[in-house]
Amino acid sequence: MTTEYGAAVPWQEDLFTLLRENDVNLFCYVPDGGHKTLINRSIEDPEVISVPLTTEEEGVAMCAGAHLGGKKAVLLMQSSGVGNCVNMFALIKGGQFPLVTLVTMRGEFGEMNPWQVPMGTAVQPVVEAMGMHCLRAESPEEVGPTVQAALNMAYKSNQGVAVLLTQKLIGAKAF
Amino acid sequence: MNDVRFLDRKQAVPAIVGDPSDLLIVCGLAGASKDIAHLTNDGDNIFTMAGAMGGATAMGLGLALSRPDKRVLVVTGDGELLMNVGTLATVGIMKPANLSILCVDNGHYGETGYQESHTQRGVNLEVIAQGSAIPVTRTVTTEDQIAEAAQVLRNSNASSFVLLRVSTEPPPAVKRSMDASERKTAFRRALLGTR
Repeated sequence: MTTEYGAAVPWQEDLFTLLRENDVNLFCYVPDGGHKTLINRSIEDPEVISVPLTTEEEGVAMCAGAHLGGKKAVLLMQSSGVGNCVNMFALIKGGQFPLVTLVTMRGEFGEMNPWQVPMGTAVQPVVEAMGMHCLRAESPEEVGPTVQAALNMAYKSNQGVAVLLTQKLIGAKAF
Repeated sequence: MNDVRFLDRKQAVPAIVGDPSDLLIVCGLAGASKDIAHLTNDGDNIFTMAGAMGGATAMGLGLALSRPDKRVLVVTGDGELLMNVGTLATVGIMKPANLSILCVDNGHYGETGYQESHTQRGVNLEVIAQGSAIPVTRTVTTEDQIAEAAQVLRNSNASSFVLLRVSTEPPPAVKRSMDASERKTAFRRALLGTR
C-alpha cells in the first residue's frame, strides 16, 4: 500500500454513503486518522449527529441508548479503543443490543509503533470473548459488503459486530 | 457543605423526580436503579442496570439525542458517575436540551459494603459538571431545595445536572428484572410499539 495514512480515499466516501443509506444518523467517535473522512463527513452532514467521545466505552453505551430510542448509530474507533470497551460490551451481549463498531486496526500488518502491537493483537480475541462478532475487510472492495453484513447482523439479529478495517487496507503510519 | 448528608434517598428521590410517567429514565447500577424501579414499579419507561458501571450517563445521552421529543432523565450514583466522569464533558459539548442528570450522592459504594467514595473525601461532582460545560447545575442538601431542583430537572431548556446529597440510608428494597434484554424489549415496545 502506498496510501498516505489517514488520507481521503474513495472507499471511505462510499462507506459514509452506505451508512447513511442504512439510516445510521448517530456517529460516535474518538478521533482517528483512519476514520478521518467518515468523521469529517459526519460533522458536515446536517442530518447526522456527530459525537466526539472522551473514551470509546461511552460510545458503546450511547449506541445502546440510541437503540432504546429507535435510532441507528455507529461507533468509530481505533484498535486501542477496543480495550477501553470490554466491560461495557457486557451491555451489548446481555441486552442483545445491536452494535456496529468500525475499528481501524493498528499493531498488525507493517506496524512501526511497538506500543500499538499488544492491543492490536488482542482485538479479535477480546471482541469474541465478549460474545460479539469480528468481520475483517482487507481490501477496498470488501469494505461495503462487510459493513452491510455487520449492519444486517446487528439490526436484524440483535448482534454486536466489530468490523476490522485492517492495516493492509488502511496503510501503516510511518514512524 | 460537602459533608452535609442528611436527606434520606427514599423520600428525596421520589420528591425530586415527581411523576415519572412522562419521562424516559436510564438508571445506573445498584442504588439508583433500585430507587427508580421502586418508584415506577419497574416500569417500562425505565432502563435499569446491574452492571456496565459508568455507562448510564452515556446511554441516556444516546437516548436523548435520538428522541428530542422526550424528556430523558439519567439517575446515577456518585460511584457510577465517577467511573466515567468524562461523559459529563461529552454531555457538555452536545448539550441536548431534553437531558437531565440526577446524581444521588451518598458518598459511598453502598453495594459493596459502604466504602467511602471520592465525593466523601472532598470531590464535588457539581463543580465537575460545571467545568464540563453543562449549562444548568444544582446541589441539593436540604428539603427546601428539592422543589426548585425538581423544576430544573423537568423543565430546564438546557442540559441540567442535579447533585442530590443523601445519607447512607439504603435504597428501598425492590424486586426488579435484571434481564437487560427483557428490559430493552419492554422499553422499546412501550416507546416505539416494536421490538
